[in-house]
Amino acid sequence: MTQKLIIIGAGMAAGRALEHLFEANPDAYDVTLFNAEPRGTYNRIMLSPVLSGDKAFDEIVTHTAEWYEEYGVTTRFGEKVVNIDRVAQTVTSDNGEVLAYDKLIIATGSNPFIIPLPGHDLDGVIAYRDLEDTNAMISLGEVPNAKAVVIGGGLLGLEAAAGLALRGVDVTVVHIMGHLMERQLDEAAGYLLRKALVDKGITVKCSANSKEILGENGKVKALLLDDGTELPCDLLVMAVGIRPSVALAADAGLATGRGIHVDDQMVTSDENILSLGECVEHNGDIFGLVAPIYDQAKVIAKTLAGEAAAFVNKEVATKLKVTGCDLFSAGDFAEAEGREDIVYRDPARGVYKRLVIEDNRIVGAVMYGDTADGNWFFGLIKDREDISEMRDTLIFGPAFQGGSPLDPMAAVAALPDDTEICGCNGISKAQIVAAINDGAHTLDDVKAISKAGSSCGSCLGLVGDLLGVTLGDGFKMPEKEVVCKCTDLSHDDVRKLIVAKELKSIPQAMQELDWKTTCGCHVCRPALNYYMVAAWPGTYDDDGKSRFINERVHANIQKDGTYSVVPRMLGGITTPDELRAIADAADKFDVPTVKVTGGQRIDLLGVKKEDLPAIWYDLGKAGMMSGQAYAKGLRTVKTCVGSEHCRFGTQDSTGLGIKIEDAMWGAWSPHKFKLAVSGCPRNCAEATCKDLGIICVDSGYQILVGGAAGLDLRETDLLVQVETEEEAIEVSCAFYQLYREGAQYLHRPYKWIAKVGLDWVKEQVVDDLENRKALAERFHYSQKFYQIDPWAERAKQGKDAHEFAPIADFTKVAAE
Amino acid sequence: MTDFIDIGSINDIPLRGARVVRTHRGDIAVFRTATNNVYALDEYLPGKAGPLSNGIQHDEKVTDPMYNWVFDLATGEAQGADEGKVATYDIKCEDGRILISATAVSPSVAAE
Repeated sequence: MTQKLIIIGAGMAAGRALEHLFEANPDAYDVTLFNAEPRGTYNRIMLSPVLSGDKAFDEIVTHTAEWYEEYGVTTRFGEKVVNIDRVAQTVTSDNGEVLAYDKLIIATGSNPFIIPLPGHDLDGVIAYRDLEDTNAMISLGEVPNAKAVVIGGGLLGLEAAAGLALRGVDVTVVHIMGHLMERQLDEAAGYLLRKALVDKGITVKCSANSKEILGENGKVKALLLDDGTELPCDLLVMAVGIRPSVALAADAGLATGRGIHVDDQMVTSDENILSLGECVEHNGDIFGLVAPIYDQAKVIAKTLAGEAAAFVNKEVATKLKVTGCDLFSAGDFAEAEGREDIVYRDPARGVYKRLVIEDNRIVGAVMYGDTADGNWFFGLIKDREDISEMRDTLIFGPAFQGGSPLDPMAAVAALPDDTEICGCNGISKAQIVAAINDGAHTLDDVKAISKAGSSCGSCLGLVGDLLGVTLGDGFKMPEKEVVCKCTDLSHDDVRKLIVAKELKSIPQAMQELDWKTTCGCHVCRPALNYYMVAAWPGTYDDDGKSRFINERVHANIQKDGTYSVVPRMLGGITTPDELRAIADAADKFDVPTVKVTGGQRIDLLGVKKEDLPAIWYDLGKAGMMSGQAYAKGLRTVKTCVGSEHCRFGTQDSTGLGIKIEDAMWGAWSPHKFKLAVSGCPRNCAEATCKDLGIICVDSGYQILVGGAAGLDLRETDLLVQVETEEEAIEVSCAFYQLYREGAQYLHRPYKWIAKVGLDWVKEQVVDDLENRKALAERFHYSQKFYQIDPWAERAKQGKDAHEFAPIADFTKVAAE
Repeated sequence: MTDFIDIGSINDIPLRGARVVRTHRGDIAVFRTATNNVYALDEYLPGKAGPLSNGIQHDEKVTDPMYNWVFDLATGEAQGADEGKVATYDIKCEDGRILISATAVSPSVAAE
């Protein structure tokens, strides 16, 4: 006769256990499934997408009524079991019915912990556990100007906050610890996460103690903190943790501690009663993540089938997605004696990676923003592998080890077969590849067949890579912003790799970075050349053939193929002698147009290419050099007359402009760089739309950055106000260097600042004085090699003479 | 059979560089690629592109400095979405000397 199996609780643990049970033998048990929630099994992890509106509830249901019917499961949803009689082997439901069992599984899960603050029982105080809680939050989003407070800055609390914010609710997160998700993240990663949440409009209060929940007419009104702050709210979500639900088991006299005691076979102290999930305690551990619970489900199914199986609680890595921010943590990342860190930060992309090293082994890893290599690091932690050989490049992940060529999918291709890709479901690389080989050719197919990526979804990027690796061209990867068609890398990747791998020439970079074309194109070559110039001043041999014609011949090509010539006038100051020399040159070389530029200097337009060295020679004789009006580099420093002449002038703006231009001329940068110095806030030099502008005031110098007056019009932001000229020059040079080192080619400072954030720029050049100094020093070091007048080199030393003269001229040969 | 005229040494043009040959019918751009192939094309596609000798060279192509049109050095055809073609001329490199088709530079005969 078929044995009777009763299961109390239809959460994810019970659902998975049933699947395994029926896989082995669909007819072994006659199953009755109780659930206090009036529904069957759904993917509780996916309540967050339901809250945010990305998914409908139907989409996260894992077991439908049809499924239960197919396997003959009697469902008693919305019914609670109130009593277990172990002697009679019966359970009693809340409507008084008594059912007999041969085997009983307790899968009651956990209860959200509610802090017993005064007012915790008010209407509008909820947990974040089930569909009812989710719906309460969703309906709050429909109330105009609704406010919510979330207590708890762990995963669940943040998901609730993010979902509420997406629904238009004004949300404040109150967290008792110093940084968010302190169990999974270190401070730095916690900081980045906090920043990302603040950017989404969520208010975050850390180190905040809740004192009392205030109410009005029995309904929640505000949360009072112990520092007296009152946070008004229409809904208060408590997401401070869960407690195993043990009451029913304890009442039945089963052995319990923090959870229901189970052995390796998931059997409780009663041989006919088994238990799994968040309600159990195994060797002192309790469980909250889905991966070990799914392992328990496998074991419990085997035990019921009479097969030998033992549950082993494996070390788990946490890979999470909080509101679109990728997080990964594994092992132990606390600071301690004898431990060293390898840290990689990319503020522009919001990426933080930290490896904790002890005795040449990785003991912990925390990653934020880019978690693609997480599994590889986790493998190294588990295997206690000696990493001393690859220590220098370790942080860049598996693709950069052993000098193998960089392929965006090489990292995934190189993973061992048993690497766990989907932590939620415990699916290995080999299983996913098997699924793909069995015909799963889309992400959805892989999810359906292998279950990989079907829970939290944070591994779908890797699953996509595996599809790419396995199917080759048959699978199209989602695109990322690459430099050009010659490479799969982004500008940021390339810049970083040039420095990290010490790539010192364009061909070397193309070789090592797996360029897809033999020698690049007109898009990537100039970018690479600039990155080399910036990374290796003094040692890199500038490749003129990778420069646009203007930078190759040091003049601006005009639409008729002639060139314009602009000599430098520091700070817009010239002399009668210089003007005479310009006039003479214009006469001598038949210059058709002489124009005053917007940058306070003089443009000679319409010069023939072959005349360029000669006109430069003449101008050079009068003491003038190239104004580099063609350069992705320092252009001009525009000034007003300042305190020397002007009755409003507060400082010597002209003098400061000259000093800055004198320090900066000749420098190359990702894009052109224009400055201005105004002697007073009337701003006659128009400093507020420059890449860097200085406005002199009585008390010093306001340094403004990130202006634009081209295709985009943008006013500068204040970087800092300093007291002395020396500081103004140092900050300017430091800012320029930070931009030169970090921005992607052809991004003006305002675009770069938009990416990295003005706050970060301030940290680098304002707050951190040592760093400011170091940046300025690197700038001056680089200038030693680039402050060479390119005109003099060509006019006097004959550099690049081939650029200016034809190889042969048959117009001067008489016709035969 | 084509007659060729010596216009200079291969070393007069840097690798991935270009020089101009002046003729009575206009300028011809002579390219030396990274792999030491030489090509001769009209310097301008009137009203559309040029001077091509000022462009950035990559593989067997050149990108026009004015509007970023890309031309195939062997055929003179504009690549991608752009439509147009510049004339090409017979040219070769022998014993380190660059030899161009005599008809290309003669004042009286039109190019093919």
